[in-house]
Amino acid sequence: MSDVKNPQTPEEGADEGRRTFLKLAAGAVGACYAGLVGYPVYRYIASPVEDAAAVGAVTEVTLPPEAAATPKNAAFMFKFGTKPAMLIHHDDDTWTALTAVCTHLGCTAGYEPSKKQIFCPCHGGTYDAHTGANVAGPPPKPLDKYKVAMTSGKVVVSRA
Amino acid sequence: MPEKLYNWLDERLGLSAIKELATHKQVPDHKHSIWYYWGGLCLFFFSVMVLTGILLLMYYTPGEGAYDSVRNINTHVKFGWLIRSIHSWSANLMLFSAFVHMFSTFFMKAYRAPREFLWWTGMGLISLAMVFGFSGYLLPLDDLAYFATKVGLGIPATVPVIGPIISDLARGGAEIGPITVQRFFALHVWVLPSLFIPLLGLHLYLVQKHGMSIPPSEQAKPVAQRKTIPFFPNFAVKDLAVWLIAANVLALLACVFPWDLGPAADALKPAPADIHPEWYFMSSFQILKIFGNWFPGALGEFLGLAVFNLGVFLWVLVPFFDPNTRSGAWGRRVTWYGYLVVLVTIVTTIWAYAALPAAH
Repeated sequence: MSDVKNPQTPEEGADEGRRTFLKLAAGAVGACYAGLVGYPVYRYIASPVEDAAAVGAVTEVTLPPEAAATPKNAAFMFKFGTKPAMLIHHDDDTWTALTAVCTHLGCTAGYEPSKKQIFCPCHGGTYDAHTGANVAGPPPKPLDKYKVAMTSGKVVVSRA
Repeated sequence: MPEKLYNWLDERLGLSAIKELATHKQVPDHKHSIWYYWGGLCLFFFSVMVLTGILLLMYYTPGEGAYDSVRNINTHVKFGWLIRSIHSWSANLMLFSAFVHMFSTFFMKAYRAPREFLWWTGMGLISLAMVFGFSGYLLPLDDLAYFATKVGLGIPATVPVIGPIISDLARGGAEIGPITVQRFFALHVWVLPSLFIPLLGLHLYLVQKHGMSIPPSEQAKPVAQRKTIPFFPNFAVKDLAVWLIAANVLALLACVFPWDLGPAADALKPAPADIHPEWYFMSSFQILKIFGNWFPGALGEFLGLAVFNLGVFLWVLVPFFDPNTRSGAWGRRVTWYGYLVVLVTIVTTIWAYAALPAAH
């Protein structure tokens, strides 16, 4: 009986080892279950994010017929993938396509015919209507510019 | 450091009082102990339904777009079929566990004084669970849901005077449509949970207050011969093991038998030949049908409803007939009533399924 109290006996050591093993095994099984539950739940919640990434991956958009009919000194708003964008018809009959997402905090900017520039009402960011360059206000970067191809009344906008 | 943090929290939240309670709580250990797990199973399946229900809320839209949104969940959203399947299977397994829990507590005479309110809150919970099931069944608005709900809402319409009013209010008009789905949705995700959760809280509080009930066969033994195990950790570990088994069964059923979505509801198409309610309504459905065959017309419908409700009424009032161990002959009569209810439930359920025409 006396050796039961002695922690150095082989039985005691084996007991200790078995306990550690069981703890590790229980932890591993628990982690497996957490993964088995967590993975489908994550994919389920993230499902629209995956859809948006697929839509956002477009490189070219064919605009509806109204786009070509945009009058001079006006803009046609459309979505490039998931993001708002604008097609500007200038007075000199040239066309420019730019993203409409303000580089400051992401509001949608609009074309101002009276000043012939792009203006974001959130914090007064102003951009050049031909180049997209940030000319006044808080925007840190110019607006991204797209390529415009006009073929027999069809407008195709593509990533530059 | 962990000890310091524990002490800091303990002073503010009184954690040791909860720990004391958990370690001192004893659970009776005897040959009928297996029935103690079924209430916990109901709680497990309910928690699964709350979580999967919240997930379904992210994509489901009631009203006009109901069917399309469920089809989107089933076919497009990643693992959407799985979440929906788990929600539906969990509902069925919870009702099954609730019935086992109800009958086992009945035969263990767990409704006796001072536990009457455990019995009554349990009755309230199982009734609400059935309304949960009924309202949830319509939400996808496929053809089976449409016609099953049509039949179900036709039943209260047979009660004189107030019946038709209740049916019309539930439908939001004379026919089932997007408005019905919208109000069943409000019922299913707001009204029912806000009634169910406080009632569940009261039920669980009463279990803590009165402890696990001891069946008459154990009560007959002298106190010294009764065995108990500590709630924590012994019973809690066993409970956890049972929950783990339940989770595996649930996952297996949801994957191997994913919940179906039929074609969209169409009032102009004839109802599916094998139209029938969920299994937990089959018995009452059959009782109404039997009375309808015996007494043709409105009389049969009314009598069926009256007999069924009388049976439920007596079932709820059982603590008054059999209030304690000195109930004597009444105690035995109540037990026989229990056997009768089990027999009628099983026979009418089998009968109802046998009477269904073969699926097309």
